[in-house]
Amino acid sequence: MKVGVLALQGDFVEHVHALRRIGVEASEVRLPGQLGVLDGLIIPGGESTTIGKLAIDYEMMEPLRAFGREKAIWGTCAGAIFLSKDARRKQPLLELMDITVERNAFGRQVDSFEVDLNVPALESVDPSGSPYHAVFIRAPLIETVQEDAQSLATLSDGRIVAASQGHWLATVFHPELTSDDRFHRYFLEMIRTN
Amino acid sequence: MEKQVGTFAVKKGLAQMLKGGVIMDVVTAEHARIAEDAGAVAVMALERVPADIRAHGGVARMSDPGLIEEIMEAVSIPVMAKVRIGHFVEAQILESLGVDYVDESEVLTPADEEHHINKHDFKIPFVCGCRNLGEALRRIGEGAAMIRTKGEAGTGDVVEAVRHARAVLGEIRRLQNMPDEELMAYAKNIGAPYEIVRETKELGRLPVVNFAAGGIATPADAALMMQLGVDGNFVGSGIFKSGDPARRAAAIVKATTHFNDPDILAEVSRNLGEPMVGRQVTDIPEMELIAQRGW
Repeated sequence: MKVGVLALQGDFVEHVHALRRIGVEASEVRLPGQLGVLDGLIIPGGESTTIGKLAIDYEMMEPLRAFGREKAIWGTCAGAIFLSKDARRKQPLLELMDITVERNAFGRQVDSFEVDLNVPALESVDPSGSPYHAVFIRAPLIETVQEDAQSLATLSDGRIVAASQGHWLATVFHPELTSDDRFHRYFLEMIRTN
Repeated sequence: MEKQVGTFAVKKGLAQMLKGGVIMDVVTAEHARIAEDAGAVAVMALERVPADIRAHGGVARMSDPGLIEEIMEAVSIPVMAKVRIGHFVEAQILESLGVDYVDESEVLTPADEEHHINKHDFKIPFVCGCRNLGEALRRIGEGAAMIRTKGEAGTGDVVEAVRHARAVLGEIRRLQNMPDEELMAYAKNIGAPYEIVRETKELGRLPVVNFAAGGIATPADAALMMQLGVDGNFVGSGIFKSGDPARRAAAIVKATTHFNDPDILAEVSRNLGEPMVGRQVTDIPEMELIAQRGW
């Protein structure tokens, strides 16, 4: 199995390392021609405005949408914003997932935080069901999920921080910054069952 | 577990999100919007770019909070601001404003020639300059969550940025080949905390994100620094002191992403207009060199 990581900007190297740690062949994707051979794609954390602009400049928007209609995509933080249909402001989006996100929903960097989450969906890759330690950096929030998109994890106050829809996955926190590989393994299962 | 803020993981984490990107010096809200539209990952809010600080002379201090807030309101990307080396009260003020990153910067006039800020005391993250591995690891020891090589700010001459990046990255390569029993003497020689020396050897890189800075003025300069092995670029005077800032800014962003693709680098380097008027570092009297501030 081959998984690509969109490498226009952001913490793509962390995703590549996380994939290699679990024995997956991973490659960096900067141009449309590099998508062809992949079984799935991760869009990393970074600045969503920068990633969107570079995707437009190098004519990646349509190839990414076409890829996403067939194959699995996972977006973390900026990647989750980029996957969404609505970010409540004018900026380039792939408009694949039926989720509405709010950028910088928790405030500025001083409000960035770490917290344990309960993520029942991860029991498919690890039956222990132990809490998932999540790192939120100037994170967005998934305000609402529509159509057949569903929430996978919420904060203790009920706000949504992870969602899936068919073969798409969105997390507003950063599994690539911790050594817990359950979300990466969960995404591989999504690729296999797609 | 209760929610935790201001941890080292979230401080370092924001810098990880900036990787592969360009952080641009801006002096007005309008500059900040031009930078954001060009694809900057963050802006550095300041009253004067380094080239003007050089030209004007006098004491350079933290910028007016009013100006910083105006810039924070103008853009959705992270906003950084500078404090003088050792001036922890300027840093307290920036923390109170809610700035996303503090640059404890040699570009401003140092407030303390002996001691840098104890950055562990703050919830907001700090980036600090360095010229070599020892200096980088001392700053990390004090709590810096991001490092930039100093270069020589406000010159448009990339030679010092190259010298400092090669020094840091070359020393890490030598460290990786060093037997463990030599690490304590090495730490003593370079004046760096032993634990962080050990960690750097194990990782084969700095334990925090490492950008280049100081003299980057063209897309080719930006790509050069990336090929040498840094994680991203700060561009100060190089953009808004050039003939066509928006175009040059966008070109430097593209060159930082596609740093290994000479065809794209050729394309983005075309028709950029006048670059900033540079000043050769070797023509600057030693007393006026900025990089020697701090230790």
